[in-house]
Amino acid sequence: MTVVPRPVLDGDSLKYWEGLRNEELWIQRCNDCHQHIFYPRSICPDCFSEEITWVQSGGTGKIYSFTVVHHAFGPFKEQLPFVVAIVELDEGVRMMTRLKAGSKNPSVEQRVKVIFERLDEELTLPYFEPV
Amino acid sequence: MVKHERVAAIVGVAESDLGIVPNKSVLQLQAKAAKLALDDAGFAKDDVDAIFTAGNWSWAPNMMLAEYLGIQPKYTDGTNIGGSSFESHVAHAAAGIRAGLFDVALITYGSTQRSNPYRPQETAVRLTDQFERPFGLPTPVGAYALAAMRHMHQYGTTSEQLAEVAVAARSWAAMNQKAMKREPISIQDVLDSRWICEPLHLLDCCLVTDGGGAVVVASAKAAENAKKPPVWILGHGETHTHNTITNMPDLTITGAQESGQQAFRMAGITHDDLDVVEIYDSFTITVLLSLEALGFCKPGESGEFVSGGRTAPGGDFPMNTNGGGLSYCHPGMYGIFLLIEAARQLRGECGERQLQDAKLALVHGTGGVLSSSSTVILGRD
Repeated sequence: MTVVPRPVLDGDSLKYWEGLRNEELWIQRCNDCHQHIFYPRSICPDCFSEEITWVQSGGTGKIYSFTVVHHAFGPFKEQLPFVVAIVELDEGVRMMTRLKAGSKNPSVEQRVKVIFERLDEELTLPYFEPV
Repeated sequence: MVKHERVAAIVGVAESDLGIVPNKSVLQLQAKAAKLALDDAGFAKDDVDAIFTAGNWSWAPNMMLAEYLGIQPKYTDGTNIGGSSFESHVAHAAAGIRAGLFDVALITYGSTQRSNPYRPQETAVRLTDQFERPFGLPTPVGAYALAAMRHMHQYGTTSEQLAEVAVAARSWAAMNQKAMKREPISIQDVLDSRWICEPLHLLDCCLVTDGGGAVVVASAKAAENAKKPPVWILGHGETHTHNTITNMPDLTITGAQESGQQAFRMAGITHDDLDVVEIYDSFTITVLLSLEALGFCKPGESGEFVSGGRTAPGGDFPMNTNGGGLSYCHPGMYGIFLLIEAARQLRGECGERQLQDAKLALVHGTGGVLSSSSTVILGRD
């Protein structure tokens, strides 16, 4: 049985992980400079404003880069091979993700949309699949 | 041309045992390297008044190491920005000496990651790691693979071009008796080695070894008493651009752009003045990205730049002359070994692999997941 490392929910990440459990992808936006922000944090890394709002992402974007992983550690060994990608959401922020198992011939710039990979009652991860 | 004020110099360098060194602790490796480096300088332990080290073997490595060696420093710096920490240690030592705070700095590193691997099985991930770790990307190799894939997409860089870096390193290693891997390899051998994380093959990746190293930095005044001629610290620069690979602003541009510019400006030299470069080769892609960001070639042209054995022995761009992290040794944080080799080349101590009349060297470290960049320019009288 695979036990992936569990996120420790904190003041920044609680709403993000709760959203995923409800199959929603939440990111943030700065009220002052209007940039989107990911990962969630308490201060805007662009203008240093503390006026941050949560917004729901449309869940679509494109692959910024990816790698087919053939060598992994711990609980991930039994999942080999798998594809880890950095996806750039249409809102402009990037996030690390996994491409859905069986996604054929991934490519940089390929359009993708979020899917919700429910690992158990507590933890759902945002994966992506080609549109 | 601005002539840099000659304030601080490397006066001693040494490695401990390297490769597979069972039954030696990180403290033993560092003690051996420290003793040999001080001997190399002709200095005694009591000459040392500043301590620099980096590692994850203690919550406060400086205190554990200094206690073990019997040193009570008046200046201590435990900067840890990954494999490039030691380039920054040299830079910080030069800055401290310039400020008149101390005269002799001892910089050490040791690791037993080969004989005594330590990879904690994380069950809980905290803070900003929690947005990456659950996806299973093996670090650091997976992060470098993401950068390589992007570079290939953007510029058409090929696996053959990446392999050039590994093949050249191996030819240098053939002339270094301390190198772990010395049998020649071809580009095809690199391409035929198994995938680790596409597009990186096994032979695109550095070795995993044990080993330690030490560097002694002295003020100009203290350097007068050293056994060997000084290797002056002419310029240095550093930055870090991100921690997690997802937050690297552009996967093809490293902080070497900033650290390199700082170092060249301070040294008052240009690329063409250099005789040898030692560039951290954790992975073949690390070298290509560094060459571009340091300004040796334009963005996207590094694959072409290294082709045809240009960085190999006999090529017109001698690089990683000890065989590098790819073929000589790589005990986790390799940056100190770049400095050791550069100092030896400038002193003319490299035997079969010695470059003729090498006067100026550039050393460039990369740490984390392309996260930190630290550049040092060294020169002899």
